Formats: sequence, C-alpha cells, structure tokens
Amino acid sequence: MEFLSYLVSGISLGSIYALIALGYTMVYGIAKMLNFAHGDVIMVGAFVIFTVSTTWGLSPVVGVLISIVFCTLFGMLIEKVAYKPLRKASSLAVLITAIGVSYLLQNAAQLIFGSSTKSFTSVVNIPALRLFDGALVISGETIATIIISIIIMIALTLFINKTKPGRAMLAVAEDRGAAQLMGINVNATISLTFAIGSGLAAVAGALLCSAYPALSPTTGAMPGIKAFTAAVFGGIGSIPGAMIGGILLGVIENLSKGYISTQLSDAIVFAVLIIVLLVKPTGILGKKINEKV
Amino acid sequence: MKMKKVLAVLLAVTMVVLCFAACGKSNDASGEKNTNSTGEKTIKIGLSGPLTGSAAQYGNGVKNGAQLAVDEINEAGGINGIKLEFKMEDDEADAEKAKNAYNTLKDWGMQLSLGAVTSGACIAFQGEASVDNMFVLTPSATAVDAINGDNAFRVCFADPQQGVESADYIADKKLATKVAVIYDSSDAYSSGIYEAFSAEAAKKGLEIVTAQSFTADTKTDFSAQIQAIKSSGAELVFLPIYYSEASLILQTAKNAGLNVTFFGCDGLDGILTMENFDASLAEGVMLLTPFAKDATDDYTVKFVTKYKAKYGEDTMNQFAADAYDGVYIIKQAVEKAGITADMTSSEICDALKVAMTQIEYTGVTAKGMTWSANGEPTKPPIVVKIENGAYTIL
Repeated sequence: MEFLSYLVSGISLGSIYALIALGYTMVYGIAKMLNFAHGDVIMVGAFVIFTVSTTWGLSPVVGVLISIVFCTLFGMLIEKVAYKPLRKASSLAVLITAIGVSYLLQNAAQLIFGSSTKSFTSVVNIPALRLFDGALVISGETIATIIISIIIMIALTLFINKTKPGRAMLAVAEDRGAAQLMGINVNATISLTFAIGSGLAAVAGALLCSAYPALSPTTGAMPGIKAFTAAVFGGIGSIPGAMIGGILLGVIENLSKGYISTQLSDAIVFAVLIIVLLVKPTGILGKKINEKV
Repeated sequence: MKMKKVLAVLLAVTMVVLCFAACGKSNDASGEKNTNSTGEKTIKIGLSGPLTGSAAQYGNGVKNGAQLAVDEINEAGGINGIKLEFKMEDDEADAEKAKNAYNTLKDWGMQLSLGAVTSGACIAFQGEASVDNMFVLTPSATAVDAINGDNAFRVCFADPQQGVESADYIADKKLATKVAVIYDSSDAYSSGIYEAFSAEAAKKGLEIVTAQSFTADTKTDFSAQIQAIKSSGAELVFLPIYYSEASLILQTAKNAGLNVTFFGCDGLDGILTMENFDASLAEGVMLLTPFAKDATDDYTVKFVTKYKAKYGEDTMNQFAADAYDGVYIIKQAVEKAGITADMTSSEICDALKVAMTQIEYTGVTAKGMTWSANGEPTKPPIVVKIENGAYTIL
C-alpha cells in the first residue's frame, strides 16, 4: 500500500513535469533553442489566475482562460522582443538571452506581487479518490493533471502531423532554409510555436499551483529545470518522449524519497539521467540525428 | 569559436570589476560628529538589513520597530537627556553588502549598532564590528556565529536554543512521546534547530520515530515525507522550517488524511498572514514565537496599537517586536553604564559589555530577559496555539 501511495504521488508529480516538458520539447524541437524562461512563464500564468480569481474574485475557470490567452500573447511578445532579433546569432547568445528573460520575469513579478509566498486556491474541482479505507488517496488534482497531460499530448501530436501549420512546423524543424524556399513563413511558424508553448505553460501553471498551492516569483524556476531534465530524459524534441520522461522522473524522484533518502532524491534522479544518456545519448525516444557538415 | 573566447574574456573582466566594486570605500572617518541638526548631543545607532529583495519584509519590520522605539524615547526626553539618532542601511540580506553598510554607517558616525537583521549579513557585519570593538545587539540574527566575539549580543533565541526549548516543552507538557520531524537539510536555520532538538529529545525521553528532510530544490512535493510519517505512527510532527513550506506540508497532510499535532518554531510565524491561506489548515498548530500580537500584556498592547497606527499591520511581525525591544534594551544598558554622547564607540562598547550582563529586561518579546557574557539571552519561550485562525497564548 505504501508503495502504491509513493507511486501515485510520483505519477502526479511526474505528470506535471511532463506537461511543462511538453512546452520545452516543442520549442526546442521546432525553434532549436532552449527556452529557459519557460518555467517563469508558468509562474506568470499562475499569477494571472491568482489575480483574476483571488484578487478580483472571478471564477477559477475564467481565471484559467484569461491566463491561457495572456500567456499565449506574452510568449509571442517575448519571442518577438528577445529571441527574434537573434535569429541569426549563435545559439549560445540565444541561450544567455533566455536566462536573462527568466531573471527579468522573476524580478518583475517580485516588484509587482512582492516576494512573500501566496497560497493558491485550487482550480480543480474534482473530489479526491479514497481507496482501501483511505490508505490510498488520489487527489482530484492528480487525476486532472494526468488526464489533461494525455489530452494535450494527443492533441499536439495530431496538430503537428495532420494540420497545415503543424506540418509547417515540422518542415521548419527539419531545415529552416529549405522550408523558407518552399514558401513557408518561418518567422510566423516559430512565433506560433512560442504561442502554443506559452499557452501550455499557463495550463501547467494552473495545475502545478493547484497541486502544490504555494505561489511566489520563483515558483516556476525549479519545476522548469526538472521538466527540462525530463525532456532530455525522454529525448528532447519528441512529444511522447517528454510525457514518458516527465512521468519517469516524478516516479523515480518519489520512490527514492520514500525508500532511499529524502535528501538524496535529486542526486538519484540525476544519476539515472546520466546513465540513460550514457546508454542512449539522445534520450529514451530521441531520434538519432546525423549532423550535416 | 571566436565568439566564445570574447565572451569568456568579457565575463572575466566583469567579475574582476565587480570584485573591486564590492570592496567599496572603507576609509576610517570615525570623527566625532555626534550632534544632530539642531546641535543637540546625540548617540548614533546604526543598523543594516534587507529593505529590498526577497527578505525585505524582515528588514522593514526591524526598521519600523526600531524607529518607533527611538521616536518614543526621544519624545520622552531621550536617555538621561541624550537624544538618539537612528539610521538603517539596506543590505538585501547579502553578506558583502552588509560589510559596505557597516562602513557607510561608520562614516556617518555610528557609535553603537543593532547589528544586521539576517544571519549571513550579521556574521559579515560582526566581522567588521569586532575588529573596531563596536557594540552589536542584533534583534533577529539567529545563527550561532552571528554574535561571535564579546562585543555582540542578541534579542532573539539562537537556532539551537529553539530546538532545545521545543523539545523541553513537548516533553514537559507531555504532548507526545513519538515525534516525527520534517526539516530543510539545505538550510542552516532548519538543520541547526533539528540537531539541537534531536539531542534534547533523547535526553527528555522523546522518541524520534522518523526524521524526514527536504532541500531548497525539492520543496514542492511533500507527499513522500507525509506518507512516511503516516506509516511511522508519530503523534506529533516537529516543523523547524519556514511557513511557506509548512503551508504545503499542512495541505499535503490534510489530503493524505494525516491527523497529528504540528509543532513549529518562529519560522512558522507569518503563516496566518500568508495571502489567501486557508487558516483552517493551521488549526491546532503550535509554535514557539517571540511575539504574539494578540497578547494582552501592557507592553504588547502598547506596541501593537502604536505600530498599527504608524506603519499598518503588514510588517508587524516578530522582527519588528525584536527590534523595538532591542532599542529599549540598549536604553536600559546605556542608563546602567552611564554612557555620555561624547564617548567613542570603543569606550561605549566596553561599558555596555559589562552593563548587558547586569540588566534584566522585560518588554514585548519576553519577561525577565538576562544575558550572559557570550551574548546569548535567557528568557522563557512563548508558545502559542492556532485556534480559529488566531494565536492563543498557552
């Protein structure tokens, strides 16, 4: 029973990592850049919900919808202001810029909302599942997170493979120059990628803060890094890979907390990551890409 | 890659420049300028603390609390007719900035100090102050090392002291015999209290059935720790941590159906004022705190009324109360030692060192406080229980 309980909370944590990792992996897969500000967009999304639902007193559903719209536009804005001018620059410059955006968002949030932690009211309204006389409790947030992650994963896969803008994304991912020659608007496609990625971040923010209801300007930072690890774990660029990587990461983390050591859980998670990358350098589902010279 | 090389050089240059910038100026200008604008003789009290940044609410509480006490003393005619002047520098809870703050304050003519607000900053501040033999009475730096040296004292309990007091209280009041602990192993405050607690618990016959920890990087998900505590059969969970993590732990415990008593230290103070916090989660939580704003003794009532009127309730926390008491403790020690405004900071320090061990102070945060020569206070702890969303003093 104890094992099941650790497993369930691991899956719950993991599905949140997975949801965040979907945003990372999509932007990386298509724009070929690591958007380290992704975790902070999650925080921005959560603060939008907090403002709309708690400060203004509107319903949580309205809060989530406004947050998704806001983050989508916000993601496009970040892309336009910070990343687009660097399209031709080295990838190192873009990476540093992304870290800069991350700090900018954290500090701006601290100025606007203050540094003290706020308690987030859950937006999920599903009763918890109590099994075996309450020995195993699966919270409503866990159920919602798992279901929503799977829906988003399927929807994203369909979108990318079946629709015109989606295939344009694939083309841009494959070869930016050739895609442009074929009449694809590369800038618009990358902008769309950021829009979707940031919209997903808003959803992730809502679920992250519902499951772990403490909201502060640094809320998104650590889950963002863990989710990035999950994306690498599953094979960065691969959408099902992000899902598998996220859930595995959460489960390993929680089982090692439960059975080995609460202090060493991160060390164990990253040790597993190193081993996986040694055996399979592209991650679990990553494709081997031959670098064109 | 050329770009990389340029970047590396650039970063190196930036770092070197920053190093020099951080050194700041430290010229000794302790010229006695101890008169205020109206030409009266004054004693200048300096303080360093975070007024901006993530610990700003602590620093602002200390600033307001100290200012309130200084204003009261001056309105009442000062100490033996000598008015006080108070100045606070912002250190953003950063050790290096606290050193700069010390030097800035010394240039201003500081004769004695309230040290620094946070532990790391206070260690740096005290490092400078002990060289100059400058008196330090920190209101709130809890690390043991923050008052190394015979010139430094503190108002609050040191970290280990809180662990000892908690274990004693739990054992003496027979709250539980099987105790679980959740502490932050990456934080000196939390692990310091935990170590002292577990040593004292062993002496008092408390059994620690499980000690769970987390780190700054794993402070979101507590389900594994709560599950382990549920399986361990603990009757009480000791939480020597800060309130933001505690709020998550209480939520997780409720979801998992864990029904035990939670007992915390002063880090939990603030949980009830956390924005949008569901106070029913904290029902029955007990904590050691130096300051309970609902206390009905004259000192607290007077402090709370005046503070609220002047600064509002936002920063009215234990830090403000500690600082308010700190200024009055200085007043008592200054009176005892017969300090005059024309004494140098070193002479004042030598006199206060002796006076501090002779006074007995009663104020907002404790009754009958005394100090030993190593700077540590002896005072009875205040234990409160959260009932109907408010502190009830036990």
